[in-house]
Amino acid sequence: MDDVGLSTVLLAMLAGAIRVSTPFLFVALGECLTEKSGRINLGLEGTLVFGAMAAYAVSYETGSPWLGVFVAGLTGVCFGALHGAICKLKGVNDIAIGIALMLFGTGLAFFFGKGYIQPVAPRLEGVQLGSWSTDPSVQKALEVNPLFLIGIALAVVMWWAFRNTRLGLVVRTTGDSAPAALALGINVDLVRFLATAAGGFLAGVGGAFLSLYYPGSWTEGLSSGQGLMAVALVIFARWNPLACFGAALLFGAAGALGPALQSIGISRGYHFFNAAPYLMTLVIMILSISPKRSLRGAPGELSITK
Amino acid sequence: MFKRPFDRRTFLKGTGAGALALGSGLLTRPAHAAGLTIGILYVGPRDDFGWNQAHAVAAAALKQVPDVTVVEEENVPETVAVAQSMESMISLDGAKLIFATSFGYYNPFMVDMAKKYPDVEFRHAAPLWTEADPKNAGSYFGQLDQAHYIDGVAAGLCTKSNKLGFVAAKPIGTVLRNINSFALGVRAVNPAATVQVIFTGEWSMPVREAEAANALVDAGCDVLTCHVDGPKVVIETAEGRGVKSCGHNASQAPLAPKGFITGAEYKWETIYKDYAAKLAAGEALPNFIGGGFDKDFVQNTPYGAGATPEAIAAADAARAGVTAGKPIFVGPIKKQDGSVLVAEGASLDNYAPELNATDYLIEGVVGSIT
Repeated sequence: MDDVGLSTVLLAMLAGAIRVSTPFLFVALGECLTEKSGRINLGLEGTLVFGAMAAYAVSYETGSPWLGVFVAGLTGVCFGALHGAICKLKGVNDIAIGIALMLFGTGLAFFFGKGYIQPVAPRLEGVQLGSWSTDPSVQKALEVNPLFLIGIALAVVMWWAFRNTRLGLVVRTTGDSAPAALALGINVDLVRFLATAAGGFLAGVGGAFLSLYYPGSWTEGLSSGQGLMAVALVIFARWNPLACFGAALLFGAAGALGPALQSIGISRGYHFFNAAPYLMTLVIMILSISPKRSLRGAPGELSITK
Repeated sequence: MFKRPFDRRTFLKGTGAGALALGSGLLTRPAHAAGLTIGILYVGPRDDFGWNQAHAVAAAALKQVPDVTVVEEENVPETVAVAQSMESMISLDGAKLIFATSFGYYNPFMVDMAKKYPDVEFRHAAPLWTEADPKNAGSYFGQLDQAHYIDGVAAGLCTKSNKLGFVAAKPIGTVLRNINSFALGVRAVNPAATVQVIFTGEWSMPVREAEAANALVDAGCDVLTCHVDGPKVVIETAEGRGVKSCGHNASQAPLAPKGFITGAEYKWETIYKDYAAKLAAGEALPNFIGGGFDKDFVQNTPYGAGATPEAIAAADAARAGVTAGKPIFVGPIKKQDGSVLVAEGASLDNYAPELNATDYLIEGVVGSIT
């Protein structure tokens, strides 16, 4: 690989990280919040797809993409609240409900989204951060969506709030030990309900990014499992919002590796490079796992770690 | 075999008939439309800007034919579900002709159904039928690579960087042949140009298709085309990056008002109407038909704003040539590994059987199959 090729690939990976990571980031932050409160919502894939559909539909009907983003978030709240409300009932398994809601959300999105495959809706505009460069591909790589910046800010705020605020402490206590939270007078069910609903909001916004910015259209095959991968990202990021951001970037960059290498002529073994994000997860999981201790940072109340 | 079909359609029909019977006090059989009823099954949504839409457009044209009723079902997976859908189209809607439009519908599902219902005609949209299969089954297909060749001729005159990009799904014969024909078209008018291919590895993966399109533009390509199930993302990404584009399967012209050149489209309408006319006249249907421009089975999308006048003139002339039987594979053509595919002075017929087994890319295409 010569220098030009190398810089092309690195630039493509940076661009890919910025373009592809945002839905991962939002879903992962939403799931992080939910899991910190002691509950798992596997239904975020369905929320993501429904959010994508709702955002596109609202943007098309009203002409305002940002209203679309907001409505996508609201639909996410509905799905999250539904999950939260059902899981409050006695003897309900949150993982099973999550899978049911994932299928429900996806199916509902396909049903309502039929009429929005053909129309072209107004998209979100990117913010140009690369105007200092004369290279058009650098400029394109640094054209970022405001949602990406909001996502970064949110990751930092969540990281800070979990450690330093009373609210963060309440969520963490609920997630680590429900009896302790009860003893402190915290309404465990309410906290989990709100955390799941808020997590749903973020996942819905992540879906809006898919349909309104990148790749920027509504089709039934829009999400290729981003919502599910983001749930895995949270475990990989050890329930740390800042690490969620890093993991989302890494996944985006790894996803761009295959096409970028093919574009500079390294095309042998593209199946292998296309699988890079999944291989990477597997390798990091294997390296970081230990039979002697449970996952560091895992909320104690989570049904997968209990 | 599937003796007790139970699926969505049966259920809805059943409950509908039940409600009707309760309301009127009469138990009626669902009315069969007079004339010919034709059933069409799609593997995906009818409006995917791609393969399924091409069939749905033809189905819509078929509905305009007098005395023809068309029943459609979309999102039918390539499983036993397709057999159940066919069965309910036959026994509830009275379909006499079934179009199975997805590759995996054929064996065993369509073949089994053809054996079970010998008085119903089954036709499948890929060249899979052989003499060993039931006589009331058959295949039809369009030779889309001819239309991709015309795309290439137009695109080769629209590029400034002499680099064209092709986003492809999987390296199977049909896809490789389309890439090769596109490249032959490009190099027929612009020998200095190359076609760069990126394989996504999946028929439908919008994020990776967008990444591939962006990577091609970053590598200097200024015309993009594709062979994926839904070309919407590639065409829109090209338009967003300010480069030109050629379509695939159905018309994507509305997606790229500035840069669309033309596109390679099927024209299933010709085949569907011909079948309907033959059945109405009581004639037997052919078991195996295929063709390109010569039989009006494929077409090019009307030129968009991206096509230059020279490109339009050259593409029109090339299409007239192919329609008249002028070969696309004219030597000398080498494969990527340098071996000779067509010798100097020789040529391959547009329907040469060896082209059906394309497992190589030709010289002038950048990218690898493995």
